[in-house]
Amino acid sequence: MSPFLDALFLQAGYNAALVAIGAGLLGFAAGASGTFPFLRKRALISDAVAHATLPGVGLAFVTMVTLGGDGRSLLGLIAGSAVTAWVGLLLIEWITRRTRLAEDAAIGAVLGVFFGVGIVLLTVIQGMQAGRQAGLESFLLGSTAGMLLQDAIVIAGGGSLAVFTTWLIRRPMTLVAFDSDYAASLGYDVRRIDLLMMALVLSVTVIGLKLVGLILIVAILIIPAVAARFWTDRSTHMVWTAGGIGGASGYLGAVLSASAPALPTGPIIVLFAAAILMFSLLFAPDRGALAALFRRRRFQARVHRRQGLLALAAQHPIREAYTLRLLAREGLVRPDGVPTDAGRAQSAKIARDERRWEVAREINQDAGLTGRYDGLTPIEDVFTTDEIAEFDRRLWPPVSVGGA
Amino acid sequence: MGAEFVQLSLTPILIGVLAAVACALPGNFLILRRQALIGDAISHVVLPGIVVAFLLTGTIAAAPMLLGAAGAALVAVILIEAVRRLGNIEPGAAMGAVFTTMFAAGVLLLEQTNTSSVHLDVEHALMGNLESLVWLWAEGWHSLLDPAMLATLPDELPRIALVCAFVIAMTLIFWRWLKIATFDESFAQALGIPSSAVGLGLVIVAAIAAVAAFDAVGSIIVIAMFICPPAAARLITNRLEHQIIWSVGFATLAAVLGYVLAGYGPLWLGSPSAISAAGMIATVSGLILAGACLFGPRRTGMDVSWQDTP
Repeated sequence: MSPFLDALFLQAGYNAALVAIGAGLLGFAAGASGTFPFLRKRALISDAVAHATLPGVGLAFVTMVTLGGDGRSLLGLIAGSAVTAWVGLLLIEWITRRTRLAEDAAIGAVLGVFFGVGIVLLTVIQGMQAGRQAGLESFLLGSTAGMLLQDAIVIAGGGSLAVFTTWLIRRPMTLVAFDSDYAASLGYDVRRIDLLMMALVLSVTVIGLKLVGLILIVAILIIPAVAARFWTDRSTHMVWTAGGIGGASGYLGAVLSASAPALPTGPIIVLFAAAILMFSLLFAPDRGALAALFRRRRFQARVHRRQGLLALAAQHPIREAYTLRLLAREGLVRPDGVPTDAGRAQSAKIARDERRWEVAREINQDAGLTGRYDGLTPIEDVFTTDEIAEFDRRLWPPVSVGGA
Repeated sequence: MGAEFVQLSLTPILIGVLAAVACALPGNFLILRRQALIGDAISHVVLPGIVVAFLLTGTIAAAPMLLGAAGAALVAVILIEAVRRLGNIEPGAAMGAVFTTMFAAGVLLLEQTNTSSVHLDVEHALMGNLESLVWLWAEGWHSLLDPAMLATLPDELPRIALVCAFVIAMTLIFWRWLKIATFDESFAQALGIPSSAVGLGLVIVAAIAAVAAFDAVGSIIVIAMFICPPAAARLITNRLEHQIIWSVGFATLAAVLGYVLAGYGPLWLGSPSAISAAGMIATVSGLILAGACLFGPRRTGMDVSWQDTP
């Protein structure tokens, strides 16, 4: 574990530290800016955006070489990829708005075709004199080998800008994500906000292209947001949670990949994020699968307990094993199904409350209160003692004692 | 157009056309059901399936690869459903999370194992090797009639032909069910058609087509061919029968034109280097779709068809 700990505390050399910091920042920016597209149910547009960067990389390389440059300048390649990704984004928007094709078809078409064009350009570049050592293939799956300080600065600068913009326009984006018609009626330009939302994704994509690669970058845009959704119901909290999950996966993934050979950074980061998603899906306190299971079991137990007690009150035998077990565990019945004193008291109370509810529904017109009758809510939680006393007076009216 | 064509271009073109048609057919229904991105997901998860199959068997024979890929597609479908149901996550994001994770796992496995001795790498998986599927032993058109010569055809050709025939047969056999279940699911259920089974069957057939096409031509064609020809055909006509015929035509056109442009285009431009045929086929299919988006008679749906109705 020693190489891992070294890398974790940035002691594994200059390049490893640079990659770890860069990946952490990138993960944070990706998680934060991926949140709103996910809430808007358009997460997969980022996949098309990522694939549409490839022709841009190729074109930028060819242009820079033709102009006599090196062709491998990162800023130039980023600019080129941003241009074609933006074109792809506008095309998706145009196809969805102007033809009857659905958005998924537009996404798939742009993704496949732009990627195909990109591959054609890559093979053209391989045939060029200057293209032999271009290494543009590393943009497909990312590489950390030649990461420079300049690359980390690009990620830090671009990433903070994306996070800051996300935070700045969080309110209109939340509105559009949850109720775009309402946002439009308030005067927001939904189309502009949608494009802005995707522009943020685009900017994170292009700065992360070299590190994670264009096929997997979509993973760190989607997975942290999906994982964060399990932990909070507030969109602003979700932005920071997703950012934190993305940042942790980026940092830990880069650290792990630096500590052993044959662990490619991009896939490791994605698998870290997926592991966090898996954990959230199972163990998140409110929305997780286990929490839901426990909730269901608890509900089931309450229903069975009540039905059992009602049966006792009506002096019916209980034959269902689960109910018997439940009541026996509470000491309300003996193992053979005969109620104990405590059981008799409980069942009498439940039967009495049942009759009180009947009266309550009869005389109380307030549907907000009587509507809460579901057989499981104790009547004391809904009505005051005075009201319950009133129900009892109607159930068992005072009877005069003696003559008169 | 003589012996050299038969030797070098005939089989790649045929394989390209068959792969394109095998993908375009289920693509028609996927587009109408708004499940177009399933093709995208399948083409990503095929990679881990193939790598696992290689690790288990140690060979790159076709049968285990296809089984592994099909298994991975099945695992992906189950995982997507699990994330969607358990977490109440919208299907697009569930899909995106699952297929990228599986692809990442595939890349990691590939890096971890020593596959340098065999032809198995990510670039090959993406771009295919259509250009290398040549029929070296052919001597001319007459070789097509010579059984001994036919036996030397690249294995990929009969395999993709078989899968293409299977896809066509499934489409014809389940035509009525597919059509009704695609357009009106509740009507289908009222008729007693098992519409969810039809939906699952469609995904399985799409996965088989994707895996077979992937084997021959790489995953770019798979994504582009699932979507572009059917989408373009959808903008041409309102009738499903016509749409399917158009989509098959577009797929064929894209495969032939794309291969010819990739193979001969650089020569015409005086450049010696070849360019990726798979990429070029995807590019041509995109151009066809662009043409349909601009000029297709049914491109905007209701209003146009309403004006045209006599």
